[in-house]
Amino acid sequence: MSVAEAGVTRKAVERTTRGQQVRELGFRAALLFSLSFGFLALAVLLIDVLLDGASLISYDFLAKFPSQIFPERSGISSSLQGTLYLMVLTAVFIVPVGLATAVYLEEYADRERWWNQLVEVNIQNLAAVPSIVYGILGLTFIVRGALDLGAVLLAGALTLGLLVLPVVIVVSREAIRAVPSSIREGSMALGATQWQTIWKQTLPGALPGIATGVILALSRAIGETAPLILVGAIAFVPFNPDPNPAEGQYSAIPITILSSVSNPDRDVQALASGAIIVLLAILLVMNAGAVYLRNRYEQKW
Amino acid sequence: MAKASLTTAGHGPDLNRRRTTRSVGENAIRALLALAAVVSVVTTTGIVIALARDTIEFFKEVGVGDYLFGTDWAPLAGGGQQSFGVVPLVYDTLYLTAVGLLLAVPLGLGSAIYLSEYASARARRLLKPALEVLAGIPTIVFGFFALTFVGPEVLKTVLKVEVGTFSALSAGLVLGILVLPTIATVADDALSAVPTSLREGAFGLGASRMQVSLRVVFPAALSGIVAALVLGASRAIGETVIILVAGGAVANLTGDPREPMQNMAAFIAQTAQADIPTQGTEYNTIFAVGTTLFVITLLLNLISIRFVRKYRQVYE
Repeated sequence: MSVAEAGVTRKAVERTTRGQQVRELGFRAALLFSLSFGFLALAVLLIDVLLDGASLISYDFLAKFPSQIFPERSGISSSLQGTLYLMVLTAVFIVPVGLATAVYLEEYADRERWWNQLVEVNIQNLAAVPSIVYGILGLTFIVRGALDLGAVLLAGALTLGLLVLPVVIVVSREAIRAVPSSIREGSMALGATQWQTIWKQTLPGALPGIATGVILALSRAIGETAPLILVGAIAFVPFNPDPNPAEGQYSAIPITILSSVSNPDRDVQALASGAIIVLLAILLVMNAGAVYLRNRYEQKW
Repeated sequence: MAKASLTTAGHGPDLNRRRTTRSVGENAIRALLALAAVVSVVTTTGIVIALARDTIEFFKEVGVGDYLFGTDWAPLAGGGQQSFGVVPLVYDTLYLTAVGLLLAVPLGLGSAIYLSEYASARARRLLKPALEVLAGIPTIVFGFFALTFVGPEVLKTVLKVEVGTFSALSAGLVLGILVLPTIATVADDALSAVPTSLREGAFGLGASRMQVSLRVVFPAALSGIVAALVLGASRAIGETVIILVAGGAVANLTGDPREPMQNMAAFIAQTAQADIPTQGTEYNTIFAVGTTLFVITLLLNLISIRFVRKYRQVYE
């Protein structure tokens, strides 16, 4: 190879590496842009909501009832209490049912059996069913039909519970699976029955993970709008929910947001941003709680 | 006799078979837990029955062909103008989803590649949960965002696009922001599951990071990435509130994204809110459209499960 030829080759190599470096940098920049877009959207959304609604937030806003005639004196008391009540009832429903299903599938079920496989595939599919379809389910069998509860808070809570049940089951199963089998074997070897092992060893070990899953599911439940439209939550309710959840009309924050945002009156529309701030604040507290639980109690085996 | 056969069947000494208070309690607990697992099966059965019953009623009045292939959708119109061709509604649903995916697929996959191939372990631990915060925002908030900000401020004022209050563009773009974190996190899981040895091999042969990402890791994770896309599409197809708030109240057979559009879920919500008698064909439209939506998302989900299984088989 002559000197001249070697020089040409080296130049070619240098050119490709330089071209490649540019491409590498461009690619990296495009990836960074993609990632920051999500965060940028989040930031813009939060700032937009805060600018629109921060001035509304006051004790009165939380304590007063909604009014479309005097939007400036309006509050979200009934829908705030409705949302909190829905959350409590949903938790009462999903914690035992979700946990029991997770324990059954992880600790008892024989995976070879077709019915257990059916339950597994079924839960995967339920997680992907659009929330509006759960609304149709709630309307047909909970509000009317089999349970015939009427458009009451309990019907809303059951519908939301069914909607988020797959989340609780999936997360609880992961938490239970993460408890090493040596713990179970040790317990069984000391003469404990299977249930004693689960109750005294496995579940306490899996508790932080389960609690995180429940909080995650509940924060999804209280943010849902579509199913509540179908099971009859009402936008402007001038009284707090009845202590008996099977009695009377109710509202929830997402429903209030939906109806105020669609209102042509600017003042009523402003109520939406105030209600959004309250909803996001509740979700923030719940998520912070979940993170705290995970960091404080998570066990490393 | 029975006992002997059980023992020879390989169960060993038959200690558990004796009915003690203990074993009765254990069995009762087992049965109770299994009963809870049945709740999810009952839920699915309930959904199918709830949808099917009134859908059958609906098709007693409207021909299946007229519904599936009719291009005129006006189920609530009065005075002989009523028409039940679902094509515009399905078209709008897919159109809105396509607008969303056009935004979410490149950005979601870009985020996933960055998280899995470029970010340090520490940055990834911080960034991924932050992205999940975006996924946890209620969709009604996104609807508000589309109606009061993306439409009037971003599209009209900044980008000078002539959109009305309701448009497929603003609803579709925000739909994209909604599914972006879903696509990013699921695709990141798939990319991260590719064994490091594959990357090391490629680096050893002199490949750059971009080449490793695009030509080695990405193809190896392809089925998981397809699953992520299908999941994102399925979420976008089933979304209600963003479209209900910002998309408009009519199904439109148009190619113009500046026009209002309505999807299937938003139609159901709107009709349920409307003041119509709860018996009759108008009302049963809810269930026919619900069935259509349910079948489409179910098919997508089955496809996605199949893809996930496939990629698990390869690397576990």
